Amino acid sequence: MRTVIARQIRMELVLTARRGEAVVLAMGVPLLVLLGAGLTHATNLPTDDRLGFVVPGVLALTVMSTAFTGQAITTGYERSYGVLKRLGASPLTRPGLLLAKTAAVLVQIVFQVLFLGLVGVVVGWRPELSHLLPAAGVTVLAAAGYSGLALLLASVLKPETTTGAATLIYVLMLSVGGIMFAAPDLGTAGWFLLPLAAHAEALRDTLSGGGSIPLSIWLALGAWAVVWLTAAARKFRWE
Amino acid sequence: MVGGDVAAVEVRDVVVRYGDTTAVDGVSLSAPRGRVLALLGHNGAGKTSLLQVCEGFRKPDAGTVRILGMDPVAEHDALMPRLGIMLQSGGVYPWAAAGEILRLFASFAANPLDTEMLIDRLGLRAVEKTRFRRLSGGEQQRLSLAVALVGRPELVFLDEPTAGMDTEARHTTWQLIEELRADGVSVLLTTHLLDEAERLADDVVIMRSGQVAATGTPAELTAAAGIDLLEVRADPGLDLTGLKARHEVAESSPGEYAITGALDTRALADVLGWFAGVDAHVTALSSRRRTLEDVYLSLTRQTTTTVGAAK
Repeated sequence: MRTVIARQIRMELVLTARRGEAVVLAMGVPLLVLLGAGLTHATNLPTDDRLGFVVPGVLALTVMSTAFTGQAITTGYERSYGVLKRLGASPLTRPGLLLAKTAAVLVQIVFQVLFLGLVGVVVGWRPELSHLLPAAGVTVLAAAGYSGLALLLASVLKPETTTGAATLIYVLMLSVGGIMFAAPDLGTAGWFLLPLAAHAEALRDTLSGGGSIPLSIWLALGAWAVVWLTAAARKFRWE
Repeated sequence: MVGGDVAAVEVRDVVVRYGDTTAVDGVSLSAPRGRVLALLGHNGAGKTSLLQVCEGFRKPDAGTVRILGMDPVAEHDALMPRLGIMLQSGGVYPWAAAGEILRLFASFAANPLDTEMLIDRLGLRAVEKTRFRRLSGGEQQRLSLAVALVGRPELVFLDEPTAGMDTEARHTTWQLIEELRADGVSVLLTTHLLDEAERLADDVVIMRSGQVAATGTPAELTAAAGIDLLEVRADPGLDLTGLKARHEVAESSPGEYAITGALDTRALADVLGWFAGVDAHVTALSSRRRTLEDVYLSLTRQTTTTVGAAK
């Protein structure tokens, strides 16, 4: 079974790399934001440490684009092409397919975060590596919530609608999610409404600030993960 | 794990509903191991819905399904490695190359067939590196068939396997299915091609409006009605009153008598006996036996009456 899942993960990654728009969305946009907002004064930031603000935000953005936008679009189309149905009825099995998809998303996220983090370091960002563990923890929570929402959308909407909705949410989050500009100050409620802003803030607190993550952010991202994964598990459709 | 005496497919009183529509309405059928069973019927007769239930894609709304002795929903994961499934369309990543997909499915199997042999046999060598969405309809079908067979399944479900194929590919497919049977593999296929059913199937199930209209071997189905047209050449202008009382008869042209209806041996003797009785000189006889197509058309056209051959 391990070989079977490994082969499927490989196929998922090969196919992702093959789709140009997915790669641009996942790497190109965050890279542009990092260099544009991080190195120039193109946008107003609530701090003088531009890289300390922008780089964690960009890392959070790339997690969202892979776990949510990319996953929603591919899953929607794979469902409509009958791929989920056919692979689920192979020796790979349905749990195997879900496991392979999750692993493929995690592998992508690790590579993207490493690459963008490295670019950040090259241009002058100095992360607090001692706070890597809570940062990784909050990232797993965020990715889980995004995946749940992605699978839910892909199950209840047509693939074209899923693509539109997922892209729209990506753009909305990019504008108000506290990546290039400060997020709107909505207090604690903001973390529950804008998971991207919450995740970005958590990464800033730990990696740039060397501090701890506020409980409200843990709760917000935890709630997103529980709510969307539960909804996805109830509504997921193989065909 | 499962003895050879367990049926490949055992369906009992299965009902499948989509909202208010009943797609499969109390179907029972049994397919022994190592045989080819063809589900025949118009579009919308319930063939694909029945197949979906057998493949474990959905639970029947009523009735039971056993595939190789197993429940295709509850024992899905244990059953799947033993099945080969060809969907009516799709099921493949559009961006993956034909050869890539076949090798992926081969890598899932414990003891796969030689993928190179399958690629050559199914004429996919030239498009081996072509992405699925760029393949023609027939090429996509052939790849799906290869994917269904690569894991050496014990039972294969083929949903309209030759739809969209050219004549050559169709014959290759038929040959492959005959080889599968020779290897002891069970095959359940749907088709609305009568020549396909007549050539391949050991057993035929004709479905109409979600129900089984008739089952049997092609020979049984066509023989059930015996001869359905007897033409007799004899003296012109015979008084047919006596014969008309027992058979449907007409003098289609002077001296040409056409007797229609389901004519078994006894009926034929009766007809010829009548000609002998009126001292007619019979100079020619010709008969037409019903083809599977006639049986199929007469069954699928009827909407209310129960058919004699139905179970």
